Amino acid sequence: MNQSQIALQTRSLRVTLGGREVLRGIDLDLAAGRWTCVVGPNGAGKSTLLKALAGLLPYLGEVQWQGRPLTHLPRRERARQLSWLGQGESASLDLRVHDVVMLGRLPHQDWLAVPSAQDLAMVEAALKATQAWDWRERSLGELSGGERQRVLLARAMAGNAPLMLMDEPLANLDPPHQVDWLEQVQCLKAQGTTVVSVLHEIGMALYADDVLVMDKGQVLHHGSCDQVATREAIETVFAQRIRILSLDGQWVVLPRSD
Amino acid sequence: MKPGLPATLWALALLALAAMGVLLGTAVGSQGWEAWWAAAQDPVMAQIVRDIRLPRSLGAWLGGALLGLSGAVAQGLFRNPLADPYLLGSASGASLGVGLYLSLFGGSVLASGWWPRLGMTGAAFVGAVVAVALTLLLARGVQQTLRLLLAGVVVGVVLGALTSLIGLFQPPVLQAMQGFMLGSTAFVGWTACGLMALALAFALAMAWTLARVLDALTLGEATAQSLGMPLRAARLWLVAALSLATAAAVAQMGLIAFVGLAAPHAVRSLVRCTHAGVLWLSALMGGALLLLADVLARGLLAPQDLPVGVLTAVLGGVYLLWRMNAVRRVAA
Repeated sequence: MNQSQIALQTRSLRVTLGGREVLRGIDLDLAAGRWTCVVGPNGAGKSTLLKALAGLLPYLGEVQWQGRPLTHLPRRERARQLSWLGQGESASLDLRVHDVVMLGRLPHQDWLAVPSAQDLAMVEAALKATQAWDWRERSLGELSGGERQRVLLARAMAGNAPLMLMDEPLANLDPPHQVDWLEQVQCLKAQGTTVVSVLHEIGMALYADDVLVMDKGQVLHHGSCDQVATREAIETVFAQRIRILSLDGQWVVLPRSD
Repeated sequence: MKPGLPATLWALALLALAAMGVLLGTAVGSQGWEAWWAAAQDPVMAQIVRDIRLPRSLGAWLGGALLGLSGAVAQGLFRNPLADPYLLGSASGASLGVGLYLSLFGGSVLASGWWPRLGMTGAAFVGAVVAVALTLLLARGVQQTLRLLLAGVVVGVVLGALTSLIGLFQPPVLQAMQGFMLGSTAFVGWTACGLMALALAFALAMAWTLARVLDALTLGEATAQSLGMPLRAARLWLVAALSLATAAAVAQMGLIAFVGLAAPHAVRSLVRCTHAGVLWLSALMGGALLLLADVLARGLLAPQDLPVGVLTAVLGGVYLLWRMNAVRRVAA
């Protein structure tokens, strides 16, 4: 991988939570404009890794974004560079959908300033991309779990950050909207956005450019989905309880019962 | 829930309600309904209206506004719709302050002289601020909401016990404090109005400039942080605004129940807007609620003056029960 293409880099990344070492020295090089998916069993440290990459946790070691240590970026600048969609993120159910998505523009707005034309345009684009534009005047409390998830995705997209970190973005989404999400990620990539996501849906994860297989706070494998080694690493990390098969040029994941 | 009137119209409606409340408030006296405009020539009536009824009515509105505002800040800051202004121990701190003052210097909460008034106000204020400081100390700062809430409960219980202890050793203090514990606007004069107006202006300005942080916090701590919000500093300022508003109200009127809890609730059930609007509207709603409750409390059993805190507790309880049922119906 060419050094200039690397957008996000970690060296000896360690995170300790409540006395337990959750990330145990992680070295990563993530290429710009690619979608990397983090998979692994529960408790592997996937969400912690994502939080550390977002600078939301204290960590040891180094995280660099475009060659600069994350900790050196001023708070607002960092917020403009990276967008974060948390696992099971909630929002006040009283807020209007449009107001929720506008929160994604906070890093671009001056304190106490009213939203600019660009803010409004970005919010509209994000709401339309997630097909949530029609609900913009409704409150979050009036939407279903899946609909809320699409609004929160729009919120994360409205910031137009070059790095997007998403933890379990497919939770609550029905299959058609999972496919929509895939298309949105392809759009983001086409704009040059670097996407890192944690997914439990292995079948969906195999659509990513690269897969990061994690277990017990370490990266076991990092490679593209076309590689046999990647698919084997996934099967191994899930204790051979799943099988990844090729069907009509697509990967399908089946449970393996003994 | 349908989008109703826009926030500005609600604000105007609540202001109109407040104006009407002040008009009514100055027309209710110890004899029940005594419209001053019918006796405009009477100098005694003019003095009663100017020195007693007008400051008391304005004071009720200001105190309600302070409680409504601090309720909205507390609910936004702790991301809990059941948070109320007394959560950080400020109320029990204020009670202890007044209890200590009375046991040291004697007197009554009803004393109208300037010095006892100011002394009691100061004692309540210092008590509230010390209680909040103690809560912050126990919670080791404002970063962790749960620690903060638990520390508030601990401080509230311990200071409440100390106040009871003073009452046990000095029964006259207990009796004198009863009015304060029930919450009443009977002690509010122009000095108190001035103090509360100043506190309201400060607290509203502080909270309003941080309304966006409260909005961002609705998405959760991590997301608010990822959006570049200065969470630590903002929390400190918001706790300061919350304490200032609560202490100012409690020091003048004692422990008025439910206004701080119900006002932001009522606002959110009426209007769908961000915190910039919720904060203003909660202040206006709290003011209107307490003012109307006060008019009712004074008129209901005239010439007997019912402590308004008793009335707000009953009305607030009924309101919350009704909201609870409404929520259950939506959920079902």
